Amino acid sequence: MSTSDQTKAVSDVGGESESGFVILFFIFGFVASLVVGWVVFPELLYCEKKQPVDFNHVLHMEEVDEGCESCHFFREDGTYSGVPTLAQCIDCHEEPQGEDPEEIKFVEEYVAKGREVPWLIYSKQPDCVFFSHVAHVKNAGMDCVTCHGPIGESTSLKPYEENWITGYSRDIWGKNISGLKKHTWDRMKMDDCAECHVKNNVKQTSVQTGKGACFVCHK
Amino acid sequence: MNKEHSKAKKYGMVIDLDKCTGCGACMVACMAENNVPFKKDETNKLDSITWMRVYKLTNGKSFPNTEICYLPRPCMHCEGQHGHSPCVSVCPATATDYSQETGIVSQIYTRCFGCRYCMAACPYHARYFNWWDPVWPEGMEKSLNPKVSVRMRGIVEKCSFCFHRYQSAMEKAYYEERKELEEGEYQTACTQACPADAITFGDLNNPDHAVCQLKKSKNAFRLLERLGTNPKVYYVSTREWVRRSGDNYLRGYEKEGKVKKHRELAGH
Repeated sequence: MSTSDQTKAVSDVGGESESGFVILFFIFGFVASLVVGWVVFPELLYCEKKQPVDFNHVLHMEEVDEGCESCHFFREDGTYSGVPTLAQCIDCHEEPQGEDPEEIKFVEEYVAKGREVPWLIYSKQPDCVFFSHVAHVKNAGMDCVTCHGPIGESTSLKPYEENWITGYSRDIWGKNISGLKKHTWDRMKMDDCAECHVKNNVKQTSVQTGKGACFVCHK
Repeated sequence: MNKEHSKAKKYGMVIDLDKCTGCGACMVACMAENNVPFKKDETNKLDSITWMRVYKLTNGKSFPNTEICYLPRPCMHCEGQHGHSPCVSVCPATATDYSQETGIVSQIYTRCFGCRYCMAACPYHARYFNWWDPVWPEGMEKSLNPKVSVRMRGIVEKCSFCFHRYQSAMEKAYYEERKELEEGEYQTACTQACPADAITFGDLNNPDHAVCQLKKSKNAFRLLERLGTNPKVYYVSTREWVRRSGDNYLRGYEKEGKVKKHRELAGH
Protein backbone atom coordinates (compact mmCIF):
# COMPACT_ATOMS: atom_id res chain seq x y z
CA MET A 1 0.00 0.00 0.00
CA SER A 2 1.37 3.35 -0.93
CA THR A 3 1.32 6.29 1.39
CA SER A 4 -1.26 8.10 -0.63
CA ASP A 5 -3.65 5.08 -0.43
CA GLN A 6 -3.23 4.96 3.33
CA THR A 7 -4.10 8.57 3.72
CA LYS A 8 -7.16 8.01 1.58
CA ALA A 9 -8.35 5.09 3.72
CA VAL A 10 -7.89 7.10 6.88
CA SER A 11 -9.81 10.04 5.50
CA ASP A 12 -12.61 7.67 4.39
CA VAL A 13 -13.08 6.40 7.94
CA GLY A 14 -13.14 9.95 9.26
CA GLY A 15 -15.68 10.97 6.54
CA GLU A 16 -18.06 8.16 7.47
CA SER A 17 -18.28 9.12 11.13
CA GLU A 18 -18.61 12.74 10.17
CA SER A 19 -21.45 12.09 7.72
CA GLY A 20 -23.10 9.85 10.33
CA PHE A 21 -23.01 12.75 12.72
CA VAL A 22 -24.46 15.05 10.09
CA ILE A 23 -27.31 12.60 9.39
CA LEU A 24 -28.00 12.23 13.09
CA PHE A 25 -27.95 15.98 13.48
CA PHE A 26 -30.34 16.29 10.54
CA ILE A 27 -32.72 13.67 11.94
CA PHE A 28 -32.65 15.33 15.34
CA GLY A 29 -33.28 18.73 13.81
CA PHE A 30 -36.06 17.30 11.64
CA VAL A 31 -37.83 15.71 14.59
CA ALA A 32 -37.35 18.83 16.67
CA SER A 33 -38.86 21.06 14.00
CA LEU A 34 -41.76 18.64 13.53
CA VAL A 35 -42.45 18.77 17.24
CA VAL A 36 -42.21 22.55 17.25
CA GLY A 37 -44.45 22.86 14.18
CA TRP A 38 -47.11 20.35 15.12
CA VAL A 39 -47.21 20.50 18.91
CA VAL A 40 -45.49 23.55 20.36
CA PHE A 41 -46.58 26.16 17.82
CA PRO A 42 -50.30 25.23 17.84
CA GLU A 43 -50.18 25.39 21.63
CA LEU A 44 -48.62 28.82 21.52
CA LEU A 45 -50.90 30.02 18.73
CA TYR A 46 -54.07 29.83 20.76
CA CYS A 47 -54.81 31.43 24.09
CA GLU A 48 -57.57 29.94 26.17
CA LYS A 49 -60.31 32.17 27.47
CA LYS A 50 -63.07 31.21 29.87
CA GLN A 51 -66.64 32.15 29.12
CA PRO A 52 -67.92 34.83 31.53
CA VAL A 53 -70.54 32.41 32.88
CA ASP A 54 -70.81 28.67 32.45
CA PHE A 55 -73.91 27.31 30.76
CA ASN A 56 -75.53 23.88 30.85
CA HIS A 57 -77.23 23.12 27.53
CA VAL A 58 -78.63 19.74 28.65
CA LEU A 59 -80.40 21.26 31.62
CA HIS A 60 -82.01 23.95 29.50
CA MET A 61 -82.96 21.59 26.67
CA GLU A 62 -85.09 19.67 29.18
CA GLU A 63 -86.96 22.84 30.10
CA VAL A 64 -87.78 24.16 26.64
CA ASP A 65 -90.25 22.90 24.04
CA GLU A 66 -88.79 23.79 20.66
CA GLY A 67 -85.20 22.59 20.98
CA CYS A 68 -82.45 24.93 19.81
CA GLU A 69 -84.92 27.37 18.30
CA SER A 70 -86.43 28.14 21.71
CA CYS A 71 -83.51 30.43 22.49
CA HIS A 72 -81.64 30.65 19.16
CA PHE A 73 -84.55 31.84 17.08
CA PHE A 74 -85.28 33.65 13.85
CA ARG A 75 -86.67 37.14 13.86
CA GLU A 76 -89.57 38.05 11.62
CA ASP A 77 -87.34 39.77 9.09
CA GLY A 78 -85.43 36.52 8.62
CA THR A 79 -82.37 37.54 10.62
CA TYR A 80 -81.02 35.20 13.22
CA SER A 81 -80.85 36.06 16.90
CA GLY A 82 -77.70 34.03 17.58
CA VAL A 83 -76.68 33.95 21.21
CA PRO A 84 -79.63 34.90 23.45
CA THR A 85 -79.68 38.24 25.19
CA LEU A 86 -80.77 38.84 28.78
CA ALA A 87 -84.32 39.39 27.55
CA GLN A 88 -84.69 35.65 26.95
CA CYS A 89 -83.09 34.59 30.23
CA ILE A 90 -84.79 37.06 32.50
CA ASP A 91 -88.19 35.31 32.54
CA CYS A 92 -86.80 32.45 34.61
CA HIS A 93 -83.64 33.92 36.06
CA GLU A 94 -84.81 37.09 37.74
CA GLU A 95 -83.96 35.28 40.97
CA PRO A 96 -81.51 32.38 41.26
CA GLN A 97 -83.33 29.09 40.64
CA GLY A 98 -80.87 26.90 42.52
CA GLU A 99 -77.60 26.74 44.36
CA ASP A 100 -75.26 26.69 41.38
CA PRO A 101 -72.56 29.36 41.90
CA GLU A 102 -72.45 30.02 38.14
CA GLU A 103 -76.14 30.84 38.13
CA ILE A 104 -75.82 33.06 41.17
CA LYS A 105 -72.95 34.86 39.46
CA PHE A 106 -75.08 35.26 36.34
CA VAL A 107 -78.01 36.71 38.29
CA GLU A 108 -75.93 39.02 40.47
CA GLU A 109 -73.44 40.23 37.87
CA TYR A 110 -75.63 40.49 34.82
CA VAL A 111 -79.37 40.18 35.47
CA ALA A 112 -79.45 42.42 38.54
CA LYS A 113 -77.22 45.02 36.88
CA GLY A 114 -78.96 44.78 33.51
CA ARG A 115 -75.68 44.06 31.71
CA GLU A 116 -75.54 41.76 28.71
CA VAL A 117 -73.22 38.78 29.11
CA PRO A 118 -70.17 39.24 26.86
CA TRP A 119 -70.31 35.67 25.51
CA LEU A 120 -67.37 34.56 23.43
CA ILE A 121 -68.77 33.18 20.19
CA TYR A 122 -67.03 30.02 19.02
CA SER A 123 -68.34 30.22 15.47
CA LYS A 124 -67.78 33.92 14.83
CA GLN A 125 -66.71 34.37 11.23
CA PRO A 126 -64.47 37.12 9.82
CA ASP A 127 -65.94 40.44 8.79
CA CYS A 128 -65.97 39.61 5.10
CA VAL A 129 -68.33 36.66 5.51
CA PHE A 130 -72.06 36.78 5.02
CA PHE A 131 -73.87 33.81 6.47
CA SER A 132 -77.61 33.36 6.36
CA HIS A 133 -78.94 30.95 8.98
CA VAL A 134 -82.42 31.07 7.54
CA ALA A 135 -81.22 29.97 4.10
CA HIS A 136 -79.59 26.90 5.62
CA VAL A 137 -82.12 25.96 8.28
CA LYS A 138 -85.46 26.92 6.74
CA ASN A 139 -84.70 26.74 3.03
CA ALA A 140 -82.26 23.84 2.91
CA GLY A 141 -83.63 22.09 6.00
CA MET A 142 -80.27 21.53 7.64
CA ASP A 143 -79.81 20.61 11.28
CA CYS A 144 -77.92 22.84 13.71
CA VAL A 145 -75.67 19.87 14.49
CA THR A 146 -74.28 19.67 10.96
CA CYS A 147 -72.20 22.81 11.51
CA HIS A 148 -72.25 23.36 15.26
CA GLY A 149 -71.87 19.79 16.46
CA PRO A 150 -73.69 18.27 19.42
CA ILE A 151 -73.38 21.44 21.49
CA GLY A 152 -76.91 20.91 22.82
CA GLU A 153 -75.67 17.82 24.64
CA SER A 154 -72.97 19.63 26.60
CA THR A 155 -73.26 20.27 30.31
CA SER A 156 -70.67 23.03 30.43
CA LEU A 157 -69.05 25.44 28.00
CA LYS A 158 -65.61 24.57 26.69
CA PRO A 159 -62.88 27.20 26.89
CA TYR A 160 -62.78 29.63 23.99
CA GLU A 161 -59.50 29.32 22.15
CA GLU A 162 -58.47 32.50 20.41
CA ASN A 163 -55.81 32.68 17.74
CA TRP A 164 -53.22 35.23 18.87
CA ILE A 165 -52.48 36.34 15.33
CA THR A 166 -55.89 36.50 13.68
CA GLY A 167 -58.11 36.86 16.72
CA TYR A 168 -60.45 34.15 15.41
CA SER A 169 -61.79 31.21 17.35
CA ARG A 170 -60.13 27.82 17.02
CA ASP A 171 -63.44 26.36 15.89
CA ILE A 172 -62.94 28.08 12.54
CA TRP A 173 -59.62 26.38 11.75
CA GLY A 174 -60.57 23.23 13.59
CA LYS A 175 -59.05 21.37 16.49
CA ASN A 176 -56.84 19.27 14.25
CA ILE A 177 -53.88 21.37 13.20
CA SER A 178 -53.34 19.36 10.02
CA GLY A 179 -56.83 20.32 8.95
CA LEU A 180 -58.20 16.78 8.82
CA LYS A 181 -61.75 16.35 9.96
CA LYS A 182 -63.96 13.47 10.98
CA HIS A 183 -67.24 15.29 11.38
CA THR A 184 -68.91 18.01 9.35
CA TRP A 185 -68.73 20.30 12.39
CA ASP A 186 -65.00 19.93 12.99
CA ARG A 187 -64.11 23.00 10.98
CA MET A 188 -65.80 26.17 9.73
CA LYS A 189 -63.44 27.33 7.01
CA MET A 190 -64.42 28.49 3.56
CA ASP A 191 -63.46 25.10 2.11
CA ASP A 192 -65.98 23.41 4.38
CA CYS A 193 -68.78 25.69 3.22
CA ALA A 194 -67.69 25.22 -0.40
CA GLU A 195 -67.50 21.44 -0.05
CA CYS A 196 -71.14 21.24 0.94
CA HIS A 197 -72.19 23.81 -1.65
CA VAL A 198 -70.53 21.81 -4.42
CA LYS A 199 -72.03 18.55 -3.19
CA ASN A 200 -75.51 20.02 -3.19
CA ASN A 201 -75.00 22.12 -6.30
CA VAL A 202 -75.81 25.35 -4.49
CA LYS A 203 -75.45 28.40 -6.71
CA GLN A 204 -72.59 27.10 -8.83
CA THR A 205 -73.19 30.06 -11.08
CA SER A 206 -69.82 31.72 -11.48
CA VAL A 207 -69.10 32.85 -15.03
CA GLN A 208 -65.36 32.93 -14.42
CA THR A 209 -64.87 29.51 -12.87
CA GLY A 210 -68.07 27.62 -13.58
CA LYS A 211 -68.09 26.76 -9.89
CA GLY A 212 -69.44 28.46 -6.81
CA ALA A 213 -69.92 32.17 -6.95
CA CYS A 214 -68.02 34.12 -4.29
CA PHE A 215 -70.80 36.67 -3.83
CA VAL A 216 -72.99 34.09 -2.12
CA CYS A 217 -71.08 34.12 1.17
CA HIS A 218 -68.69 37.05 0.84
CA LYS A 219 -69.69 40.62 1.46
CA MET B 1 -81.67 19.12 0.30
CA ASN B 2 -83.60 21.40 -1.96
CA LYS B 3 -81.88 21.76 -5.31
CA GLU B 4 -84.50 23.91 -6.90
CA HIS B 5 -83.25 27.22 -8.22
CA SER B 6 -85.21 30.38 -8.62
CA LYS B 7 -85.67 31.72 -12.10
CA ALA B 8 -82.65 33.66 -13.31
CA LYS B 9 -82.94 37.34 -12.62
CA LYS B 10 -81.31 40.27 -14.24
CA TYR B 11 -81.33 43.20 -11.89
CA GLY B 12 -80.98 46.53 -13.57
CA MET B 13 -81.77 50.19 -13.42
CA VAL B 14 -83.54 52.75 -15.51
CA ILE B 15 -82.55 56.34 -14.81
CA ASP B 16 -84.71 59.13 -16.15
CA LEU B 17 -82.30 61.93 -16.96
CA ASP B 18 -85.11 64.40 -17.50
CA LYS B 19 -86.08 63.99 -13.86
CA CYS B 20 -82.58 64.08 -12.39
CA THR B 21 -81.84 67.45 -10.81
CA GLY B 22 -78.23 66.64 -10.00
CA CYS B 23 -78.84 67.03 -6.26
CA GLY B 24 -76.43 64.25 -5.38
CA ALA B 25 -78.67 62.53 -2.82
CA CYS B 26 -77.94 59.21 -4.52
CA MET B 27 -74.22 59.74 -4.03
CA VAL B 28 -74.64 60.55 -0.36
CA ALA B 29 -76.99 57.62 0.25
CA CYS B 30 -74.57 55.29 -1.49
CA MET B 31 -71.57 56.48 0.53
CA ALA B 32 -73.45 55.96 3.79
CA GLU B 33 -74.98 52.64 2.82
CA ASN B 34 -71.79 51.03 1.55
CA ASN B 35 -69.21 52.41 3.99
CA VAL B 36 -67.42 54.19 1.18
CA PRO B 37 -64.28 55.84 2.57
CA PHE B 38 -63.59 59.53 2.13
CA LYS B 39 -60.79 61.89 2.97
CA LYS B 40 -60.63 65.33 4.45
CA ASP B 41 -59.60 66.74 1.12
CA GLU B 42 -61.55 65.29 -1.78
CA THR B 43 -60.57 67.89 -4.35
CA ASN B 44 -58.48 65.43 -6.34
CA LYS B 45 -61.17 63.38 -8.05
CA LEU B 46 -58.59 60.94 -9.38
CA ASP B 47 -58.23 59.34 -5.99
CA SER B 48 -61.63 59.85 -4.44
CA ILE B 49 -64.07 56.96 -4.32
CA THR B 50 -67.65 57.37 -5.49
CA TRP B 51 -69.57 54.19 -6.31
CA MET B 52 -72.36 56.38 -7.56
CA ARG B 53 -71.24 59.54 -9.31
CA VAL B 54 -73.30 62.30 -10.88
CA TYR B 55 -71.74 63.75 -14.01
CA LYS B 56 -72.70 67.02 -15.61
CA LEU B 57 -73.21 67.07 -19.36
CA THR B 58 -73.78 70.13 -21.50
CA ASN B 59 -74.78 70.42 -25.11
CA GLY B 60 -71.83 72.73 -25.65
CA LYS B 61 -73.93 75.53 -27.07
CA SER B 62 -73.68 79.12 -25.94
CA PHE B 63 -76.41 81.10 -24.19
CA PRO B 64 -79.39 81.08 -24.68
CA ASN B 65 -79.22 77.58 -26.13
CA THR B 66 -77.15 76.03 -23.34
CA GLU B 67 -78.64 72.92 -21.83
CA ILE B 68 -77.43 70.91 -18.88
CA CYS B 69 -78.07 67.28 -18.05
CA TYR B 70 -77.01 65.46 -14.92
CA LEU B 71 -76.10 61.82 -15.34
CA PRO B 72 -75.85 59.53 -12.31
CA ARG B 73 -73.42 56.70 -12.98
CA PRO B 74 -73.45 53.55 -10.84
CA CYS B 75 -71.71 50.35 -11.96
CA MET B 76 -73.40 49.25 -15.19
CA HIS B 77 -73.23 45.56 -14.24
CA CYS B 78 -72.46 44.71 -17.85
CA GLU B 79 -73.53 41.32 -19.05
CA GLY B 80 -71.38 41.42 -22.18
CA GLN B 81 -71.80 38.15 -23.99
CA HIS B 82 -72.95 35.45 -21.57
CA GLY B 83 -71.68 37.33 -18.55
CA HIS B 84 -68.23 38.13 -19.90
CA SER B 85 -68.24 41.77 -18.91
CA PRO B 86 -65.03 43.72 -19.54
CA CYS B 87 -63.84 43.66 -15.93
CA VAL B 88 -64.73 40.03 -15.26
CA SER B 89 -62.85 38.88 -18.35
CA VAL B 90 -59.58 40.51 -17.33
CA CYS B 91 -59.48 39.78 -13.59
CA PRO B 92 -56.57 37.41 -12.94
CA ALA B 93 -57.66 36.76 -9.35
CA THR B 94 -61.29 35.74 -9.92
CA ALA B 95 -62.06 38.60 -7.57
CA THR B 96 -64.82 39.93 -9.75
CA ASP B 97 -67.48 37.75 -11.23
CA TYR B 98 -70.80 37.85 -13.03
CA SER B 99 -73.67 36.04 -11.37
CA GLN B 100 -76.01 34.24 -13.74
CA GLU B 101 -78.54 34.17 -10.96
CA THR B 102 -78.95 37.89 -10.30
CA GLY B 103 -76.97 39.48 -13.12
CA ILE B 104 -74.87 41.34 -10.59
CA VAL B 105 -71.14 41.87 -11.10
CA SER B 106 -69.55 41.09 -7.78
CA GLN B 107 -66.34 42.36 -6.25
CA ILE B 108 -64.72 40.20 -3.57
CA TYR B 109 -62.46 42.44 -1.54
CA THR B 110 -60.55 39.67 0.20
CA ARG B 111 -59.76 38.11 -3.16
CA CYS B 112 -58.63 41.27 -4.97
CA PHE B 113 -54.92 42.04 -4.94
CA GLY B 114 -55.14 45.42 -6.57
CA CYS B 115 -53.67 44.91 -10.04
CA ARG B 116 -56.31 47.32 -11.41
CA TYR B 117 -56.75 45.54 -14.75
CA CYS B 118 -60.49 45.81 -14.20
CA MET B 119 -60.21 49.57 -13.82
CA ALA B 120 -58.44 49.78 -17.13
CA ALA B 121 -61.01 47.51 -18.75
CA CYS B 122 -64.08 49.32 -17.43
CA PRO B 123 -65.20 51.93 -19.98
CA TYR B 124 -67.43 53.64 -17.40
CA HIS B 125 -64.89 54.54 -14.69
CA ALA B 126 -67.11 52.68 -12.27
CA ARG B 127 -64.23 51.08 -10.41
CA TYR B 128 -62.09 52.74 -7.78
CA PHE B 129 -58.83 51.90 -6.12
CA ASN B 130 -58.19 52.29 -2.42
CA TRP B 131 -54.95 54.20 -2.22
CA TRP B 132 -55.21 54.39 1.56
CA ASP B 133 -56.80 52.52 4.41
CA PRO B 134 -60.07 54.21 5.31
CA VAL B 135 -59.91 56.70 8.16
CA TRP B 136 -63.28 57.53 9.67
CA PRO B 137 -63.91 60.69 11.64
CA GLU B 138 -63.93 59.91 15.34
CA GLY B 139 -67.02 58.01 16.40
CA MET B 140 -68.13 57.29 12.86
CA GLU B 141 -66.98 53.64 12.93
CA LYS B 142 -69.97 53.03 15.15
CA SER B 143 -72.38 54.15 12.47
CA LEU B 144 -70.90 52.03 9.69
CA ASN B 145 -73.21 49.56 7.99
CA PRO B 146 -72.47 46.12 9.47
CA LYS B 147 -73.76 44.37 6.36
CA VAL B 148 -71.01 45.76 4.15
CA SER B 149 -67.38 45.00 4.94
CA VAL B 150 -64.93 47.88 5.02
CA ARG B 151 -62.24 47.74 2.35
CA MET B 152 -58.55 47.99 3.00
CA ARG B 153 -55.73 49.76 1.21
CA GLY B 154 -54.64 48.28 -2.11
CA ILE B 155 -57.85 46.85 -3.51
CA VAL B 156 -60.54 47.83 -5.98
CA GLU B 157 -64.16 48.47 -5.12
CA LYS B 158 -67.31 49.41 -6.97
CA CYS B 159 -71.10 49.55 -6.80
CA SER B 160 -72.71 46.22 -5.97
CA PHE B 161 -76.34 47.21 -6.58
CA CYS B 162 -76.55 47.05 -2.76
CA PHE B 163 -76.24 43.27 -2.92
CA HIS B 164 -76.46 43.00 0.88
CA ARG B 165 -80.01 44.32 0.56
CA TYR B 166 -80.78 41.46 -1.80
CA GLN B 167 -79.42 39.01 0.74
CA SER B 168 -81.43 40.57 3.55
CA ALA B 169 -84.56 40.48 1.41
CA MET B 170 -83.92 36.82 0.58
CA GLU B 171 -83.56 36.04 4.29
CA LYS B 172 -87.00 37.47 4.92
CA ALA B 173 -88.39 35.56 1.94
CA TYR B 174 -86.92 32.29 3.21
CA TYR B 175 -88.38 32.96 6.62
CA GLU B 176 -91.79 33.33 5.01
CA GLU B 177 -91.08 30.24 2.92
CA ARG B 178 -90.89 32.07 -0.36
CA LYS B 179 -88.18 31.90 -2.97
CA GLU B 180 -89.12 34.95 -4.98
CA LEU B 181 -88.88 38.61 -4.04
CA GLU B 182 -91.44 41.31 -4.54
CA GLU B 183 -90.27 44.31 -6.52
CA GLY B 184 -90.26 46.60 -3.50
CA GLU B 185 -88.37 44.22 -1.23
CA TYR B 186 -85.06 44.74 -2.93
CA GLN B 187 -84.24 48.32 -3.85
CA THR B 188 -80.88 50.02 -3.87
CA ALA B 189 -80.05 52.90 -1.53
CA CYS B 190 -79.71 55.38 -4.39
CA THR B 191 -83.13 54.45 -5.77
CA GLN B 192 -84.78 55.08 -2.44
CA ALA B 193 -82.87 58.29 -1.81
CA CYS B 194 -83.70 59.97 -5.12
CA PRO B 195 -86.18 62.75 -4.32
CA ALA B 196 -87.12 63.14 -7.99
CA ASP B 197 -87.87 59.43 -8.50
CA ALA B 198 -85.45 59.45 -11.40
CA ILE B 199 -84.03 56.02 -10.57
CA THR B 200 -86.07 52.86 -10.99
CA PHE B 201 -84.64 49.51 -9.98
CA GLY B 202 -85.84 45.99 -10.55
CA ASP B 203 -85.59 42.76 -12.49
CA LEU B 204 -85.22 43.44 -16.21
CA ASN B 205 -86.45 39.93 -16.96
CA ASN B 206 -89.67 40.32 -15.01
CA PRO B 207 -92.48 41.96 -17.04
CA ASP B 208 -94.22 42.95 -13.79
CA HIS B 209 -91.33 45.15 -12.73
CA ALA B 210 -91.38 48.78 -13.79
CA VAL B 211 -87.87 48.68 -15.26
CA CYS B 212 -88.92 46.06 -17.77
CA GLN B 213 -91.42 48.47 -19.35
CA LEU B 214 -89.32 51.61 -18.94
CA LYS B 215 -86.34 50.19 -20.78
CA LYS B 216 -88.53 49.61 -23.85
CA SER B 217 -89.13 53.34 -24.23
CA LYS B 218 -87.97 54.77 -27.53
CA ASN B 219 -86.01 57.32 -25.53
CA ALA B 220 -84.08 54.68 -23.63
CA PHE B 221 -80.39 54.18 -24.28
CA ARG B 222 -77.35 52.78 -22.59
CA LEU B 223 -73.88 54.24 -22.26
CA LEU B 224 -71.38 53.29 -24.97
CA GLU B 225 -73.68 50.62 -26.29
CA ARG B 226 -71.62 50.07 -29.39
CA LEU B 227 -68.79 48.63 -27.31
CA GLY B 228 -70.91 45.54 -26.75
CA THR B 229 -70.65 45.68 -22.97
CA ASN B 230 -74.39 45.06 -22.71
CA PRO B 231 -74.90 47.17 -19.58
CA LYS B 232 -77.91 46.73 -17.29
CA VAL B 233 -78.30 50.41 -16.52
CA TYR B 234 -80.60 52.18 -18.95
CA TYR B 235 -81.04 55.91 -19.28
CA VAL B 236 -84.10 57.72 -20.56
CA SER B 237 -84.12 61.20 -21.99
CA THR B 238 -86.44 62.99 -24.36
CA ARG B 239 -83.56 65.22 -25.44
CA GLU B 240 -81.77 63.98 -28.49
CA TRP B 241 -78.36 65.49 -27.67
CA VAL B 242 -78.38 63.62 -24.37
CA ARG B 243 -79.15 60.33 -26.06
CA ARG B 244 -76.45 60.97 -28.62
CA SER B 245 -73.82 61.84 -26.02
CA GLY B 246 -74.61 58.58 -24.29
CA ASP B 247 -72.86 56.81 -27.08
CA ASN B 248 -69.99 59.29 -26.99
CA TYR B 249 -69.77 59.23 -30.73
CA LEU B 250 -66.36 59.46 -32.29
CA ARG B 251 -65.73 61.17 -35.56
CA GLY B 252 -67.24 59.02 -38.25
CA TYR B 253 -69.75 57.44 -35.89
CA GLU B 254 -72.08 60.40 -35.61
CA LYS B 255 -74.60 58.98 -38.01
CA GLU B 256 -77.20 56.80 -36.42
CA GLY B 257 -76.72 54.29 -39.23
CA LYS B 258 -73.12 53.58 -38.33
CA VAL B 259 -73.92 53.19 -34.66
CA LYS B 260 -76.75 50.86 -35.57
CA LYS B 261 -74.46 48.79 -37.72
CA HIS B 262 -72.04 48.56 -34.86
CA ARG B 263 -74.77 47.44 -32.52
CA GLU B 264 -75.76 44.72 -34.93
CA LEU B 265 -72.17 43.55 -35.09
CA ALA B 266 -72.03 43.49 -31.31
CA GLY B 267 -75.11 41.33 -31.33
CA HIS B 268 -77.71 43.66 -29.88
